[in-house]
Amino acid sequence: MSTSVAFAKAQADGRAALVGYLPAGFPSYQGAIDAARAMVEAGCDVIEIGLPYTDPMMDGPTIQDAVHRALTGGVRVADVLRTVEAVAATGVPTLVMTYWNPVDRYGVDAFARDLKSAGGAGLITPDLTPEEAGPWLAASDAHDLDRVFLVALSSTDERIAKIVDVCRGFVYAASLMGVTGARSAVDTGAPRLVERTREALARRGPDAPALPVGLGLGVSNGAQAAEVAGFADGVIVGSAFIRRLLDAPDEKAGIQAVRAFAAELAEGVRRGA
Amino acid sequence: MTIDAARGAASDSANLPDPTGHFGRFGGRFAPEALMAALDELTREFEAAKADPAFTGELDELLTNYAGRPSLLTEARRFAEHAGGARILLKREDLNHTGSHKINNVLGQALLTRRMGKRRVIAETGAGQHGVATATAAALLGLDCTVYMGEVDTRRQALNVARMRMLGAEVVPVKNGSRTLKDACNEAFRDWVATVEDTHYCIGSVMGPHPFPMMVRDFQRVIGVEARRQVLELTGRLPDAVVACVGGGSNAIGIFHAFVPDEGVRLYGFEAGGDGVDTGRHAATLAGGSLGVIHGMRTFLLQDDDGQTLETHSVSAGLDYPGVGPEHSWLHDTGRAVYRAITDAEAMDAFGLLCRTEGIIPAIESAHALAGALKVGRELGEDAVIVVCLSGRGDKDMHTAAEWFGFITGEEGGR
Repeated sequence: MSTSVAFAKAQADGRAALVGYLPAGFPSYQGAIDAARAMVEAGCDVIEIGLPYTDPMMDGPTIQDAVHRALTGGVRVADVLRTVEAVAATGVPTLVMTYWNPVDRYGVDAFARDLKSAGGAGLITPDLTPEEAGPWLAASDAHDLDRVFLVALSSTDERIAKIVDVCRGFVYAASLMGVTGARSAVDTGAPRLVERTREALARRGPDAPALPVGLGLGVSNGAQAAEVAGFADGVIVGSAFIRRLLDAPDEKAGIQAVRAFAAELAEGVRRGA
Repeated sequence: MTIDAARGAASDSANLPDPTGHFGRFGGRFAPEALMAALDELTREFEAAKADPAFTGELDELLTNYAGRPSLLTEARRFAEHAGGARILLKREDLNHTGSHKINNVLGQALLTRRMGKRRVIAETGAGQHGVATATAAALLGLDCTVYMGEVDTRRQALNVARMRMLGAEVVPVKNGSRTLKDACNEAFRDWVATVEDTHYCIGSVMGPHPFPMMVRDFQRVIGVEARRQVLELTGRLPDAVVACVGGGSNAIGIFHAFVPDEGVRLYGFEAGGDGVDTGRHAATLAGGSLGVIHGMRTFLLQDDDGQTLETHSVSAGLDYPGVGPEHSWLHDTGRAVYRAITDAEAMDAFGLLCRTEGIIPAIESAHALAGALKVGRELGEDAVIVVCLSGRGDKDMHTAAEWFGFITGEEGGR
């Protein structure tokens, strides 16, 4: 199911969608699945499963730490696809967020095929821009998968137009010039970036499919979620979930903390709308 | 493309990369969107600077009166006795200010940084040569400087860490991953994503997203341009072979590039074979790697079946990197250049031999090229003329070398 369906449902409820991120294999193979399911039960509308990678160029220390533990724990790409399958079975659109090399190595079309058959909704690709995405554009068309590219504060209007043209599912607006990680305040450039992205979407003409804009990087509490929900179609949260798992005395307590935090954020996106 | 057609295209490689930064199927830009504006700006500024006599004049002046160019071409007669009698000519990048070829590139990028109105440079370094060069250029031009270095490398290259700090740079030991050069690259990219408005990432090799492989090559081309002229003056003909070590590959591209159209000149790149390519403990990317994406470029890299980067091993911190510049992948693919691995032991034998026969202590990186030159010399015979890029001096490696040869123990070395 395309992610846009979940966004449309949230919109019909008069609120922003809540998107939660966790890497596969962290805190353990089963723990990641249980935590993601807890996030869904507590109100996440979309789940991003991170594919652990040895060289996470864009990630801050929290995600790096989690991903390192997942890799040390032996997680493989096949485990990531199985995790997607288990999480997608909840009925919530489940995407894979991945650096490009593991997909390139797997084979772009083979990865798309296996992701689709696992019930995955598509890919978020932080180090793949439309210019280099030819094989992925073809594979995602062939297997009817979402392709979520990022727009950044530094993107020109021309680049934003080029990016939204190839996105499917939603557009990921990275609100901070920086790596992933919870921040105490939402960057003030974020509303303007969402606005510029919507302007680019509007310029596509009346027949172009609706494409929501999710905002990610930096949200760490319900109040911030409410603030972002006031101007974006979706609120994306990652590091703050991982922080709860890292800080918990054991996996069970961690998953409880994740559930409680997801509920706080879910309440936030309803308050903010 | 057939190999013959590709070889023809390779001889035209002065026209590569194409406008999107590709050398055939290699190169490109696999980078976060947050960096794309900066990469576009850098490409524009570099093209404009190359055509601006004020910029090229200032760079030439610095290369001559600060770095010490042109570097010498020294005939290594006693060393060559071990190379089947071939003539061996050393391109002396070790004599540049800061002791390696790295200064050529860094002076260019530091001038570009100032031209772009940025006030800070960041860099990654393995052996410290690029870090020292960047700290030097930053001091010269009044730029703030932060250098990322794997924690493992800060220990084996402690002298260079002190040197960078003396020059006013902040040195950040990186404790992620394998704690070597690739992890320093990741950390530098993270810094750059967050600070791109006022910071330039001064990449130290012919790697990274476009325009870095092209730009660093163009700043290093001077090595080969000089060497080609010098060897013609000295011998009256072109060399039979040009030899260089390859980690990321900047000194190698620098010396190769002017010779690429000379089809009779064989080009050899020597990679870090560590304990031997068949042991898995090495950093020989072209000998043992496969196609993938790392640090913003498509190139050969050392990876497992899942696309996870493999840990590398080399006695040389400067070659301890799992990728290679995309232009080398292109030259390898087309057959224009030949890449082979040199083990730690072979490199250190050549290191010791150059010290004793010529009174020159080479960088351990360069010792890989020297070991390769001995092999190539034996293969080509006594009429051959071989130019070797002596990319750097070995002061920074004295601790490693002294331990290797048993001149000091770990305790005496204080580690």
